[in-house]
Amino acid sequence: MSSNTKIELDQLTKIFYKRNESVEAIKNISLDIEDGEFVCILGPSGCGKTTLLRILAGLETPSTGDIQIHQSESEKPLQSMVFQERGVIPWMTVEENVAFGLKMRHLPKKEIKERSDYYIKKVGLEKFAKLYPKELSGGMKQRVSIARAFANDPEILLMDEPFAALDEQNKFILQEELLNIWAETKKTVLFITHSIDEAMLLSDRILLMSSQPGQIVKEKKIDLPRPRTMESIRSNEEMAQEFVDIWQHLQKEVQGSRA
Amino acid sequence: MKEQQLNESAIQVEKEEFKKRQRRDKLKQLLTISSPIFILLLWELLSRTALIDPRFFPPPTKILATLYQMGLSGELFTHLQVSLLRIFAGFLLGVIPAICIGLLMGMYSPIRHFFSPLIMALMPIPTLAMLPIILIVFGIGEFSKMVTIAISVFFPVAINTAAGVTNIDNIYVDVAKNYGANAKHFFFKIALPGSLPVMLEGIQMGQAIALLTIVAAEMIGANSGIGYVIWMNYKAFLLPEMYVGLVLISFFGYFFSLVIRGLQSKLLPWK
Repeated sequence: MSSNTKIELDQLTKIFYKRNESVEAIKNISLDIEDGEFVCILGPSGCGKTTLLRILAGLETPSTGDIQIHQSESEKPLQSMVFQERGVIPWMTVEENVAFGLKMRHLPKKEIKERSDYYIKKVGLEKFAKLYPKELSGGMKQRVSIARAFANDPEILLMDEPFAALDEQNKFILQEELLNIWAETKKTVLFITHSIDEAMLLSDRILLMSSQPGQIVKEKKIDLPRPRTMESIRSNEEMAQEFVDIWQHLQKEVQGSRA
Repeated sequence: MKEQQLNESAIQVEKEEFKKRQRRDKLKQLLTISSPIFILLLWELLSRTALIDPRFFPPPTKILATLYQMGLSGELFTHLQVSLLRIFAGFLLGVIPAICIGLLMGMYSPIRHFFSPLIMALMPIPTLAMLPIILIVFGIGEFSKMVTIAISVFFPVAINTAAGVTNIDNIYVDVAKNYGANAKHFFFKIALPGSLPVMLEGIQMGQAIALLTIVAAEMIGANSGIGYVIWMNYKAFLLPEMYVGLVLISFFGYFFSLVIRGLQSKLLPWK
């Protein structure tokens, strides 16, 4: 274990128990993630990847096992989650949504304003700061969700398929925007997706999960230079090979869970 | 050049279409205004020609004239004032605890489980059927009328408020939790604003029920108020005077709905 390990998961297992029936959502997941690393977890739907993220987000408790997130500064929150676009709270304006985490932590007003303004500008929503989410498009709402998490300045960022509901064009734009902000802040990110393209574009490391019970079965390092673009990934031979490889694995898992 | 001409004729077509739509919208507005006017005219005509018995259905103009006379004597205003005061005080007396209990029920499931059988059991009883008990406990003064209204308003508001909280999308609860909201924050930032739309629908319902209840209660056990005006004039067979009471209730019912609808758009800018 190197000295700059940020997240440690040790033998994490979660079982959902209901009327004499237990479902093993994730099983014995052990994992180290380094400081500043961008890690994608890729797996078929229902493989427990969301459960894993919810445990890290403090929304679910593990049945057995430990998690540890190493804290660099005592006043920083451990983690913040980028929710899907419907996680933007409709009765708060863009500004209030972005400042939400900061307000919960009772930071001084001036600092809240500065930080939320900074990230609202970063995601290009300064003209929309006073509007309610109903007036925003899906992509804009997702930008609010991203700004809210970054403004909170947590030790690690968790993202639960944040772009799943967006159309292709918006998705590409937001992925690149996310990479830009990430490059600036160098946060540790744990990102869940079922899109292979997305995982290859974004991550330093891809973890492949098996379907029920969710286990990490394969690990792939992506060491393409950054900044990356979708074009460069698509035109890279090696990546094409990786894509097929991951594709076949997922295919096998999905079919396996059907049988 | 040709392209531009084509484009212009396309605009022309759409312009015509737009005008047609506008005309249709205006027609609909006209219909909304004309239906009550039509009924009133028909009533006036039938009553004047004695096709319907003018003793039971006096023409609207006569009702209006009676309203004017009763207004001049000043007595009508005292009755009106009495009823409105009962409604307002009773309404607040019912709505405030209903919102508190509704919010608590929505937020804490033990409280919900404790209160919901009580509410379900008491709700079907018409408040007027409880009037004897209310009179025994609170006496025959003004307060017992307010209590009657309070009780009838309480149920729809409490139930709607609780439903409003429990129907808040779970993802907002997760967001609040993930960003470290404490109980106070959760209440003011999530539960209260999130339940407000459904709560206001309950208040709209409560408002209508309050009006129904006060009139009925005043018919049974009061010697003042609009309900009393209706009942006494019916007994004295002064039907135009009775209709004046009905007109006033209709007016205030409509007026209160408008006020609450206005409140809704003020309080829910995000909807």
